[in-house]
Amino acid sequence: MKTDLDAVSPPIPEEILQRVEARGINRRDFIKFCTVTTAALALPVSFIPTVAQAIEDKRLPVIWVEYQSCSGDSEAFLRANQPTAGEIILDLLSIEYAEVIMAAAGHQAEEAKRQAMEKYKGQYILIVEGSIPTGAGGGYCTIGGQSAVDDCKMLVQNAAATIAVGSCATFGGLPAAAPNPTSAVSVSSLVPGATIINLPGCPVNATNLTATIVHFMTFGRLPAVDRLGRPKFAYGKRIHDNCERRSHFDAGQYAEAFGDEAQRQGHCLYKLGCKGPETFHNCPTVRYNEGTSWPVMAGHGCIGCSEPGFWDTMSPFYRRLPKVPGFGIEDTADKIGIGLAAATAVAFGVHGVASCFRKGDAMEEDKVVKED
Amino acid sequence: MLRIYYVWEWPVRICHWINVISMIMLSVTGFYIGSPFMTAPDTSMYIMGWMRMLHFSFAYLFAVSVAARIVWMFIGNQHASWRAFFPWLTKEGRTAFIKMFRYYTFTGKQISYETGHNPVAATAYLGIFALFIFQIVSGFAMYGQFAPGGFWEGILGGLNVLVGNQWLRLLHHGVMWLLAGFIINHVYSGWLMDVKERNGTMSGIFSGYRFIEPEDL
Repeated sequence: MKTDLDAVSPPIPEEILQRVEARGINRRDFIKFCTVTTAALALPVSFIPTVAQAIEDKRLPVIWVEYQSCSGDSEAFLRANQPTAGEIILDLLSIEYAEVIMAAAGHQAEEAKRQAMEKYKGQYILIVEGSIPTGAGGGYCTIGGQSAVDDCKMLVQNAAATIAVGSCATFGGLPAAAPNPTSAVSVSSLVPGATIINLPGCPVNATNLTATIVHFMTFGRLPAVDRLGRPKFAYGKRIHDNCERRSHFDAGQYAEAFGDEAQRQGHCLYKLGCKGPETFHNCPTVRYNEGTSWPVMAGHGCIGCSEPGFWDTMSPFYRRLPKVPGFGIEDTADKIGIGLAAATAVAFGVHGVASCFRKGDAMEEDKVVKED
Repeated sequence: MLRIYYVWEWPVRICHWINVISMIMLSVTGFYIGSPFMTAPDTSMYIMGWMRMLHFSFAYLFAVSVAARIVWMFIGNQHASWRAFFPWLTKEGRTAFIKMFRYYTFTGKQISYETGHNPVAATAYLGIFALFIFQIVSGFAMYGQFAPGGFWEGILGGLNVLVGNQWLRLLHHGVMWLLAGFIINHVYSGWLMDVKERNGTMSGIFSGYRFIEPEDL
């Protein structure tokens, strides 16, 4: 009987592997990279040769810009291991501009960016990291005398597609947290209607970014997205529904404090404020840092970093629900609710006592029969 | 001469009691889901699993009951009608509303004489129906998150984007407490009116009958 287990990946053509080897990439690493990326995109194994061919025969021009960011996404990408970042950067992509890794500086670098934009107009992939401050006429962030607002608009409009990486570029993130002093916005709110895909996360998961780029190289378009413009292959499921601690959640076993027996036993971190139930991301399956670990595995609840409204609605981090607006930080929704219910009970209790002493208001007095 | 009036038809009473049972079950299980007050001693237990299963089952029951009651607003008698929940649309309704409001606040002595809802109560129920609908909609929007692309996510998922799923969660939680406050008010007012009106306010929701003096209407 033929089952799915019998399905074998068609081989990657020998000439592709030889060309890759001639460029100094280990054949085994290349096969691993193609397989992992195909799996991350949730494509069938039969797509592995297609993926291999797509990434082998084109060098996609990429411009990587940063605005209000911490370079955390660049760092995460440089730590990508399938293959090593150096190989991706030098062999699979043509990175025209990336502040963290480029050798050029100052006006020379800005000139290179402008030239790349002209040369690859409508063909390059733009990767944006960090939010864009719109306050003070864009004055909070300028690069070479040009505001982030103008720079971003110009680059997005000339790109084949834009990948917003990290929570700041996708939803505003930390700079946009209340009171949002710089009026920071995401790329998609700055340039509505442009071809933009959102890869939120703090930082973005390098595997998801690589897979998105490979999808574009293979199919010539961005992967399918959800309502928030996030690729479904990476943000299609809730963390909670794929969590390795989920069975303890269903059983009713919760860590009550950091370091307690339950936490060490690997019980659910729900009562320590885990935001896994409201966060869509593939952290439990893909993990971070070469698949080593991810927050819940390491014993800390999810903080919901890849959801819109992070940080405002995902804090306090160690409580399940956001702070009730207008009340003190120590007041939870339940304390306020119990207070409300108790106040209602007291008010009606007083009303009841007063009503008992009320005379002459009862109806149908003339029909009441008094028995002896 | 007092007469027996059939005021609350059977669908009204059935929906009322299904709502009572559902609200109690939904509040207890919902409170557990929000802050689990029991910890399982053993991994083989399924406390949260059962709590969620009950919460979702009673959510469906409650949703069907509220929907049925809304349908009955267009089929049932004048006391069940949607018009009964907008008493201040008529002049008599406004007069009776003020009379009843003054009675409740100890500024007037007279109770407005009604066969069905008194106008202040009817106004409160209008607000309660709004809260019911909010709970159902926000609840199913959050429930739908387990299956992106599924039915509930398909029709209500936009709400998670528009309001944000954390705010939705907080509001769903807060409205439970508002409803708890309402139940205290509702039971108290029913008891008070049962004592003062002497027309079978309390038994009416079990039997459907109330005792009315037609001359006083």
